[in-house]
Amino acid sequence: MECQRCQQNEATVHYTQVVNGEKTEIHLCEQCAEQEGYMNFSNENMSIHQLLTSMFPFDQNVNQAQSIQTQQHNLQCDRCGTTYQQFRKRGKFGCSNCYRAFESNLNPLFRRVHSGNTKHVGKIPRRIGGNLHKQRELEQLQAKLQQLVYDEAFEEAAQVRDEIRKLKEELQQNKDGEA
Amino acid sequence: MSLQNFINDAISPWLNTEGVDNDIVLSSRIRLARNFEQVPFPTSGDNDALVKVLEYMEQEFDQQSYKDFKQFQLVKMNDLKPVEKRVLVEKHLISPSLAEKDHTGAALISKNEQASIMVNEEDHLRIQLYYPGFELSEALNKAQELDDWFEERIKYAFDENRGYLTSCPTNVGTGLRASVMMHLPALAMTNQINNLIPEINKLGLVVRGIYGEGSEAQGQLYQISNQMTLGKSEEDIVEDLKSVVQQVIENERRAREWIMEQLGIQLEDRIFRSYGTLANSRIIQSKEAAKCLSDVRLGIDLGLIKDIPKTILNELMVLTQPAFLQQYAKKTLSPNERDVFRANLIRERLQLEK
Repeated sequence: MECQRCQQNEATVHYTQVVNGEKTEIHLCEQCAEQEGYMNFSNENMSIHQLLTSMFPFDQNVNQAQSIQTQQHNLQCDRCGTTYQQFRKRGKFGCSNCYRAFESNLNPLFRRVHSGNTKHVGKIPRRIGGNLHKQRELEQLQAKLQQLVYDEAFEEAAQVRDEIRKLKEELQQNKDGEA
Repeated sequence: MSLQNFINDAISPWLNTEGVDNDIVLSSRIRLARNFEQVPFPTSGDNDALVKVLEYMEQEFDQQSYKDFKQFQLVKMNDLKPVEKRVLVEKHLISPSLAEKDHTGAALISKNEQASIMVNEEDHLRIQLYYPGFELSEALNKAQELDDWFEERIKYAFDENRGYLTSCPTNVGTGLRASVMMHLPALAMTNQINNLIPEINKLGLVVRGIYGEGSEAQGQLYQISNQMTLGKSEEDIVEDLKSVVQQVIENERRAREWIMEQLGIQLEDRIFRSYGTLANSRIIQSKEAAKCLSDVRLGIDLGLIKDIPKTILNELMVLTQPAFLQQYAKKTLSPNERDVFRANLIRERLQLEK
């Protein structure tokens, strides 16, 4: 088996991690393992940094064109100056704008850390206000409607349908207002 | 001086109130990670910007009150002695890494110590709320209110798709970490805990020992928390954790009945020996103290020991940590001296109940 990182040497270090019950295996040669911090046992426990770094989908796509990789790795946040390489090494963003700067690389990472999820469905700050809240409510109602129809609870479903209609109208009005 | 209140008053007032299922769940905690939109994250090391965050928090929130949380006080790491910081760490009001942030770190702590907002830890704000017993939903509601209160004045870093933006990718989305501290002596005694932990991990939750090194739990205290923060609503995260905790509670209850039946006098012997050790020893290491405290607490819960209040485990687990002992001794102690002081403190505390 060849090393996943340099794809040159024989992989001699095999590392298995379980995140949220999902097993990932990493196979590296000794040099790469050392560089990625897997061999650093003298430092007692593996630091959280190294653990985090290991969650990154590093160069696993063996067939990926080299140019795309280089391009991805040259990303830099235009606000705080953090490069994608630094982010990968530290496992931490430098500022809120880094999320935009590294956007193209984030989905695989989030999927790995958050059991396949990439989109926030929780709380929204009040100041973001109106339409986003309504949009979320609409999504929830539509899911509820589907369930009710499935359960053949048609009376309740009709009510939910009316609520959806009303919400859609409100959303449309707000959009027209903005335009 | 009210800073001394935090430090000298060793036990957070909320710890002494009774909570739901508190024979097994000692406390519930909610933490929300939040950042200022326009300021680099604490991980960036831009200290000038971070000091501004700290000054802003002081100016806006120091000495303010919000509903149940009266008289927030902003405590700067810079103003604390090392031992004072360690006391705050041992009370779980701040994290060890905040304690190291001398120039930028601070904590905004409510008078009852139920709410502690760490400033410039890994994120600009870490809103933490503690409740006694199994009270996750209540804790979440209160944390959300507190969050709204801060949000009235702070523009948070938020993205429609990614949610609340945090310096670590493991917190993005809700920024929510919900956890409970559980006392699981019977599951540990019957070795069931070793089978249970991998099962809980498979559900996307994390179990770890508290106060112990690594995963070894001192005093059979375990913390269970969610790991995922993205793609689930706050309410769902808390509900999922609650349903698992509920099952663990039931398992622990069954295991307690089982050991009562099966071990009988042996169990009683173990509990009263531990009681005897705590009441009489002159030198006691923290590990032994934790084990004995766990036994005694189990004895209280099983009705075998009647003259000691339940909260003694929570209280003494905190009080017998190194920094508290030094506070009690009013000087720096060598590890050997600590063991003597620990034994003294426990004996005196038990005497108080006579």
